Amino acid sequence: MKEFDTPGASGLIMEEPLLFAKAKTGRSGFSLPSRDVPRAELPPEAETRRPDLPDLSELEVVRHYTRLSQWNFGVDSGVYPLGSCTMKYNPKINEKLAALPGLAGAHPLLPEAMSQGALRLMFELQELLAEITGLDGVTLQPAAGAQGEYAGMRIFYAYHQKQGQTRRKVLIPDTAHGTNPASAALCGFQAIPIPSNAQGILAAESVAELMDTDTAGIMVTNPNTLGLFEENIGDIAQIVHDQGGLVYCDGANFNALMGIADMGRAGIDVLHLNLHKTFSAPHGGGGPGSGPVCVHKELQPFLPLPWIVKNEQGYTLVHEAPDSIGRLHAFYGNFGVMIKAYCYILSMGPLLKQASQCAVLNANYIKEALKEAFHLPYDRLCMHECVFTDQYQQEAGVSTLDIAKRLIDLGFHPPTIYFPLVVQGAMMIEPTESETKEDIDSLIRAFLQIAREACEAPDELHKAPLKTKRKRLDETLAARSPCLTG
Amino acid sequence: MKEIDQINLPEDLKYSEEHEWVSTDEDNMRIGISDFAQDQLGDIVFVELPEIGARFGKGDEFATLESVKAVSEVYMPVGGEVLQVNPELEDAPELVNADPYGQGWLIEIKPDEPSQADDLLDKNAYLAMIKGD
Repeated sequence: MKEFDTPGASGLIMEEPLLFAKAKTGRSGFSLPSRDVPRAELPPEAETRRPDLPDLSELEVVRHYTRLSQWNFGVDSGVYPLGSCTMKYNPKINEKLAALPGLAGAHPLLPEAMSQGALRLMFELQELLAEITGLDGVTLQPAAGAQGEYAGMRIFYAYHQKQGQTRRKVLIPDTAHGTNPASAALCGFQAIPIPSNAQGILAAESVAELMDTDTAGIMVTNPNTLGLFEENIGDIAQIVHDQGGLVYCDGANFNALMGIADMGRAGIDVLHLNLHKTFSAPHGGGGPGSGPVCVHKELQPFLPLPWIVKNEQGYTLVHEAPDSIGRLHAFYGNFGVMIKAYCYILSMGPLLKQASQCAVLNANYIKEALKEAFHLPYDRLCMHECVFTDQYQQEAGVSTLDIAKRLIDLGFHPPTIYFPLVVQGAMMIEPTESETKEDIDSLIRAFLQIAREACEAPDELHKAPLKTKRKRLDETLAARSPCLTG
Repeated sequence: MKEIDQINLPEDLKYSEEHEWVSTDEDNMRIGISDFAQDQLGDIVFVELPEIGARFGKGDEFATLESVKAVSEVYMPVGGEVLQVNPELEDAPELVNADPYGQGWLIEIKPDEPSQADDLLDKNAYLAMIKGD
């Protein structure tokens, strides 16, 4: 079925047993230095059972882990267009700087006087994120996006408490990220869903109908999970503010907006960013996340502790504040991720705007190239990602799952599938700005090949992937009878 | 997935626009999801049912179905008190796929107002609705 050179056209994949299965008694990967003290017997109370470690040579261990790493797929191995995840390239200079011994080895309990560099880095990163979003105050504490949402909802609650009110509801559109209702519920709010309109965005009238003085505010993902800009956000914010509510923006999709949208002027009160998405720190299995929260100045007193402040002596930490929602994370958040984001922002400078423009251009390029072959439910200008469905392929019995699995054979990570839920059989493609035109064209050709295969050999697609070490996995069995203990 | 003409829709049930069915031939009513709904959801891997004795109004969310594709809520086609929940589904959620009108039933209720079922769709009206989807 080879029609053109795909990255996944050939491969040499090794089988690899467990280290315990490879072990042979007596093999060893190291030699002890010769003893230069007299031999002594262990006292009986120090004796314990020998640890159960496999006997292996150094080369066996090196090959084992190298082979396991080759079964993996990451942005360093190929195109990774996972929608709403912004799997952009993680520049290696970020890693180099985060590994500098003065930063990597800095102990979190060092006194402030000996941590001025680290504190300055965090303070300046806060200033940069404030400028990028158009908001006033920033906390770097949250460990990931969902914890940022949680912090935001705690701030909603604290703000209304301070006004002497307990508001019980939060409005959440059906195109928001799935974590939004969970974060609201965790803070005691009832999540009220709002349907998006025929254009895939939120209408101001729908918000006006539901917004009342028992509603703490609204959580809007912008751009939303259809990859569309919520262009009524200004009017929506006005409606919410008129009833005394607050506006939260889930900024997980901020990669479309850097240097373009001023969220403060759009009426946003609280917004979280994902440093591990938009600001190029590794994502998923690559390391911990970081979900800073940016707020309007009126909400600054509620930000979690500690705060970093700058005075004549330098940088110092504030550990107590009467209105703060308190601590969220041990020490100061995930500092290593902050270093990488700081490094990315400084190395890009004004080019951040161009990164967003290229991310949007790439998504629209894919949308236009594929919309004949795949059903595009919302045919309009998209932001950083575009959403197709399997409607045309369903005629031949081929589903989104089949298409995603076949992409693996062709050397691409599949897009996000079956999300957002408002689109049946969704495929959400986010190329990011990192990919070259050649690589994007290659991805497009792979999708077009699969569309042809869906007509010509639909049964073959049900078996995909065919070239991987493990073929089609039984996801139903795995979900119904999970085996979690090995 | 099934073609529309392969969808099994028993004549003696009433259907809601949210794809639940109700059996109305006895005083207590059984509730489940339609063959169309189970087919759209795909393989169901987990069913969360209410407590016996719980009360819900018409349109309230009473159960959650988790499939390999998505998590979906199930809504009361008729308000009432939960008398029984299907005990088999905890260990065998696939019954909802295999036999949505029989062994895959979800709950049995004592309706507050049995006449609420009169507003639901019959087989032909429901079929017309899903064809229009």
